[in-house]
Amino acid sequence: MSPHLPSTLRQHLSALRMLLTLTVVTGIAYPLAVTGVGQLAFEHQADGSLVEDHGTPVASSLLGQNFALPKKNPDDASEALRPAPEWFQPRPSAADAGKGAGPYDPTSSGASNLGPNNPRLVTTIAERRAAVAAFDGVGPASVPADALTASGSGLDPDISPAYAYQQVNRVAKTRGLPAGRVRKLVTDHLRGRDLGFLGQERVNVIELNHDLGRLG
Amino acid sequence: MNDTLAGWLQALALMAALTLSHRPLGDHIARCLTTSRHLRPERVVYRAGGVNPDADQTWAAYLRGVLAFSLVSMLFLYGFQRLQDHLLLSLDMKPVPADLAFDTAASFVTNTNWQSYSGESTMGHLVQMAGLAVQNFVSAAVGIAVVAALIRGFTRERTSQVGNFWADLTRIVLRVLLPIAFVFAIALLAAGVVQNLHGVQAVTTIAGDHQSITGGPVASQEAIKELGTNGGGFYNANSAHPFENPTAFTDLLEIYLLLVISCSLPRTFGTMVGDRRQGYAVLAVMGVIWVASVAAVTANELHSVSSSAGHAAGGMMEGKEQRFGVWASALFAASTTLTSCGAVNSFHDSYTPGGGGLLIFNMMLGEIAPGGTGSGLYGILVLAIFAVFMAGLMVGRTPEFLGKKIRSREMKFASLYILATPVIVLIGAGVAMALPGERAAMANPGPHGFSEVLYAFTSAANNNGSAFAGLRADTVWYNTALGLTMLFGRFLPMVFVLALAGTLAGQRPVPVTAGTLPTHRPLFVGLLTGVILVVVGLTFFPALALGPLAEGLHR
Amino acid sequence: MTTSPAPRQPRRVSGGLLDPRQLVASFPDAVRKLDPRLMVRNPVMFVVGVGAALTTLSALKNPGVFPWVITAWLWLTVVFANLAEAVAEGRGKAQAETLRRARTGTTARRLPSWRPGTAAPPEEEVPAASLRPGDHVVVEAGQIIPGDGDVVEGVASVDESTITGESAPVIRESGGDRSAVTGGTKVLSDRIVVKITSKPGETFIDRMIALVEGAARQKTPNEIALNILLASLTVVFLVAVATLQPFAVYAGAEQSIVVLVALVVALIPTTIGALLSAIGIAGMDRLVQRNVLAMSGRAVEAAGDVNTLLLDKTGTITLGNRQAARFLPVGGVGADELADAAQLSSLADETPEGRSIVVLAKQRHALRARTEGELAHTTFVPFTARTRMSGVDVDGRRIRKGAAAAVGAWVTEAGGTVGEDVREAAERISQSGGTPLVVAVRDADGARVLGLVHLKDVVKEGIRERFEELRAMGIRTVMITGDNPLTARAIAEEAGVDDFLAEATPEDKMALIKREQAGGKLVAMTGDGTNDAPALAQADVGVAMNTGTSAAKEAGNMVDLDSNPTKLIEIVEIGKQLLITRGALTTFSIANDVAKYFAIIPAMFAAVHPGLDKLNIMRLHSPTSAITSAIVFNALIIVVLIPLALRGVRYRPTSAAALLGRNIWIYGLGGVVLPFLGIKLIDLAVQYVPGLH
Repeated sequence: MSPHLPSTLRQHLSALRMLLTLTVVTGIAYPLAVTGVGQLAFEHQADGSLVEDHGTPVASSLLGQNFALPKKNPDDASEALRPAPEWFQPRPSAADAGKGAGPYDPTSSGASNLGPNNPRLVTTIAERRAAVAAFDGVGPASVPADALTASGSGLDPDISPAYAYQQVNRVAKTRGLPAGRVRKLVTDHLRGRDLGFLGQERVNVIELNHDLGRLG
Repeated sequence: MNDTLAGWLQALALMAALTLSHRPLGDHIARCLTTSRHLRPERVVYRAGGVNPDADQTWAAYLRGVLAFSLVSMLFLYGFQRLQDHLLLSLDMKPVPADLAFDTAASFVTNTNWQSYSGESTMGHLVQMAGLAVQNFVSAAVGIAVVAALIRGFTRERTSQVGNFWADLTRIVLRVLLPIAFVFAIALLAAGVVQNLHGVQAVTTIAGDHQSITGGPVASQEAIKELGTNGGGFYNANSAHPFENPTAFTDLLEIYLLLVISCSLPRTFGTMVGDRRQGYAVLAVMGVIWVASVAAVTANELHSVSSSAGHAAGGMMEGKEQRFGVWASALFAASTTLTSCGAVNSFHDSYTPGGGGLLIFNMMLGEIAPGGTGSGLYGILVLAIFAVFMAGLMVGRTPEFLGKKIRSREMKFASLYILATPVIVLIGAGVAMALPGERAAMANPGPHGFSEVLYAFTSAANNNGSAFAGLRADTVWYNTALGLTMLFGRFLPMVFVLALAGTLAGQRPVPVTAGTLPTHRPLFVGLLTGVILVVVGLTFFPALALGPLAEGLHR
Repeated sequence: MTTSPAPRQPRRVSGGLLDPRQLVASFPDAVRKLDPRLMVRNPVMFVVGVGAALTTLSALKNPGVFPWVITAWLWLTVVFANLAEAVAEGRGKAQAETLRRARTGTTARRLPSWRPGTAAPPEEEVPAASLRPGDHVVVEAGQIIPGDGDVVEGVASVDESTITGESAPVIRESGGDRSAVTGGTKVLSDRIVVKITSKPGETFIDRMIALVEGAARQKTPNEIALNILLASLTVVFLVAVATLQPFAVYAGAEQSIVVLVALVVALIPTTIGALLSAIGIAGMDRLVQRNVLAMSGRAVEAAGDVNTLLLDKTGTITLGNRQAARFLPVGGVGADELADAAQLSSLADETPEGRSIVVLAKQRHALRARTEGELAHTTFVPFTARTRMSGVDVDGRRIRKGAAAAVGAWVTEAGGTVGEDVREAAERISQSGGTPLVVAVRDADGARVLGLVHLKDVVKEGIRERFEELRAMGIRTVMITGDNPLTARAIAEEAGVDDFLAEATPEDKMALIKREQAGGKLVAMTGDGTNDAPALAQADVGVAMNTGTSAAKEAGNMVDLDSNPTKLIEIVEIGKQLLITRGALTTFSIANDVAKYFAIIPAMFAAVHPGLDKLNIMRLHSPTSAITSAIVFNALIIVVLIPLALRGVRYRPTSAAALLGRNIWIYGLGGVVLPFLGIKLIDLAVQYVPGLH
């Protein structure tokens, strides 16, 4: 380093060289190494735990999707989606950039951020309760909380077992399948807590609906 | 197994894991900070950086190193974002606007990782991994380096030198952060976190709709994001996003990672000062506050305390993920707000008034239980100096801590440290609330809206980075104000800590006698905890009264 | 054996009582101190003053009962703070008056050409104030000594009661360690020539006046540190309240300037801010009451920090002189014969040792002390440094007593022999820490040794317990003695000191102090001789005896007017008590804020957020009565605590952990609880004031 430079400048040049050096180590070498290991050893996870239909990816089992009726006007971004009765429905989602991609848009993950006493949230929950109860043909009081609240990511692929079982009759009826068969499918997809004590019991809607689709 | 038992077990498992790593990791960091041996890769870094790792620096020179490195990082990161469209792997993202680029650069350099942007729609992969994630490493290392200098202030006598910043920085990155991050990145990857360099992949969904599945080098960034208590998510939804945090198991790993260094540093401290009990006492204060906070937040969320939405839905699941539920969400939330991490696995804005209020209060404590990497320990040590001063007087001695006297000079720097952050928080929030235009950025009405603003400035000044995310903070005003808040909130305290390190190092130690106030006994642990709670409580009580308390208390 | 009971010092440090009349008498001073130029030195009270001015303006603009009541009490808060300081200063004022009277109007008889041995030098009359160091003055019986100095000629008895309060006259003579005289004291007999050592206006009495008046008071290091803490708390609370207004506006509850000022004043640490300087002055004052003059507050603080006490054996640990404990006859001599001879030889010996031999003989052997007149043909032989013996020649018997070597030589000289048993007995006595005194006789039967007297140092009663307390406080005691190591060890063990320095020279003392200080320890010592001066200057707390030389008094940072070396222990306690009082009241002051918040915050905001009324746990009557009660409490607590500030909190020597625990409970928890009660009680009264409900 040139001794003629003022010491302040020299110090900042040193700092810059250190930053660039550490960038090469932690910003290039490190992520590429992890990527390399990932692609070699854990390719399925590294690529997003994709669910494939005849070799074509249709979903990531980690990301929730909409299971809605086709829009009346596909170009109307403001048209609310209506749930499709032949599918198990995921939780409400706030991952909606409002650009027509709908909720469950992975390019717009996020929550509603409505406060715990926000009247709009309270109203929305009441409306959802009524709608879900009517849709699934159950009493409003029995609708579980996860069916009424938007998740943090807006991409939650899971619902509670209670919400899944609540939907069995409607799905079976719409699809013309015996309720027992659909119920068994749900039971097959029940996932307990990780390691037996971490998190909550849940049903992955993506995997459930994927298998439901193959069921016919 | 019922929820309660599972909830307790997960907290116990976390504590057990932290306990197991406390000793080896703490000792390892102590060795890194005290050895005189350079490893070969380190020599390469020193040569490439053009620095002399063996020259001991005065506190002022050490500080100049910290500031120069941070300034260069700021400029580099700013330029990186502004020019990202010319770079590889940009995913066709546009250049980041000037105000947002400033805010983001300040945010990552200060270890805050406040995000006014949505990662998946703003930043290309190269900026994320070679810009933002690099700061995740180095800003964490800077924090540890500064506390190393402070500890040396306690251990050294009659010298003006507190260590070499470049050596500390390099060793912490290469010997501590990088290996741990690598191992945990692989573990997260194996458990489902994505790691690729793909762009957006369009799929036709199961129901025949369209969905854009995002990719990116997430696992590598996730590990250091938690380990370095940075918290900046690859995606907007942060650790609530299933690609960042796919299962309750990865969730526990992430909580563990964001606590592990700060929980081990007290061991480093105890080892370096030659009295491990001092480290245990500090850890005990951290532990008491952490346990109490986790319990209180969890209780509020479980019982939907004072939340009409919670009662309407039959549970506080708004903003929370089904795979985690209330217990794991509250555990994460309390931990992340007590560590200056700021990663979230659930959205705090929708927490109960009590739960959300406690999260704000956690940050107001100054991020010390256990706090950010390095910053948590130096924060609690400065508070300990404050407590020692009062306690020392009460035993009739000129107060002393670890053999160093707390004279007016030490008191000046400690007071300025303690003064700095609350003043920044209050002035920032005060100005925002005084400007009706900026006030309008709040997403919720009433006291909760005020809580959003208060949360933002508390989070920024304490370098936490989490948010009551309803606040629409991506405006020129907020990006500038919060950017400055983060910079002052990070570097003012660092100046005072390093000055304190310098004056302590210059002292001759006082011998310990029966008349010396013991700083390792339960009494002192209780006193320090009390002083922290009372001083912070008194400072922020009026503000909290108009936010969470006004919302949560009903006649 | 006769050990006169050691005069037990008043054990616990206690202050004088506070006379309520003092409060009234100091009130005018308190009002005078409202001068902003003085106020700005105390940041906390300055903020209160500014706040009071603001509310005054506000009350003038929008008059009403509430604004005026708050304004009045805010001004009272400031006045009460000044009152505390004025009362503390007032206690020294009276003492200063007496001293001033002693100083004024003195004239001096200067001897411009005095040289040692000049018989009748010319003299001139000059005002005392014009004397310079190096001048010589003559003072005769009945005259006031015009300035500080050393006696260079003559010996006189001097009345020093103006400064010591002790009416018994003291002897001052040229040379040696009793040569220092103080200006303003009175010569009672004889004539002395004094060499002046102090500059005009800087005499001991001048400094003393300045000290007791508090005029020379500078903030001590710890006071500065505490002030920094208080100032930073003040800033935090100022910011917290200033920024509260925009939050309140958003909430729809904009606050008046009166309420905001009231909140600031309630939160900032006014209690300790008001009492801080009074605590410091009172600490010095407590020393003055014990007849100790500290030259700076820094020294008092340092006293609290002392790690090592260097204590002179004589006068501090032991009664000051050795006493006869036993007669040890040798060679078939009867004990009574030895006792008789020893008593005879000591009859004219006025030293305490000599007297103790007479007393021991009387008690153990029923030998009445004969008066000198009873004995015929008696010649007393006094002790001289050359012979190192004293004795008596009576009826042809020559009795001598003294150091073993000297008396042995005296016996052998006359053809006698000194047996091995004598040497062995002397050795045994030495080893046990005593001093052997050999008694011998020359008479018709020749010269022979009769036996030995065992002289023993007598350790003061209660001193051992005192040292145990000091040890619990973390203070190490080191005994300094000129005795040989054997003797020193024995006394050290008996007294329970931690260490001792035997055969101590001034250089040894100095080396010991430096060694301790190199380990980071603070050292306190007492001294009186000129050769103590360097050590006194080196020690962190150097207490010079008032009987000592002016060099010693100049070098130390405290002077003990009673010249009682045991007082060092009390000085340490006062130093600790000073710091504890500060810490306790700071803790109390901060803890008070909790209750004040619970009074004021609901009062401010319950109107817009009714839920916040839940915080009104005291169930105060109305918002205005709540705020008024908090402010009244805040002001009154200052007055209530003035006596505590002046007296100091109770101090009991014990370990740091125990002290801390006790003080946290009393002042921390008490500080949280007490204002809840106080504010509630005041509210019960205030609610009946028209305009406050």
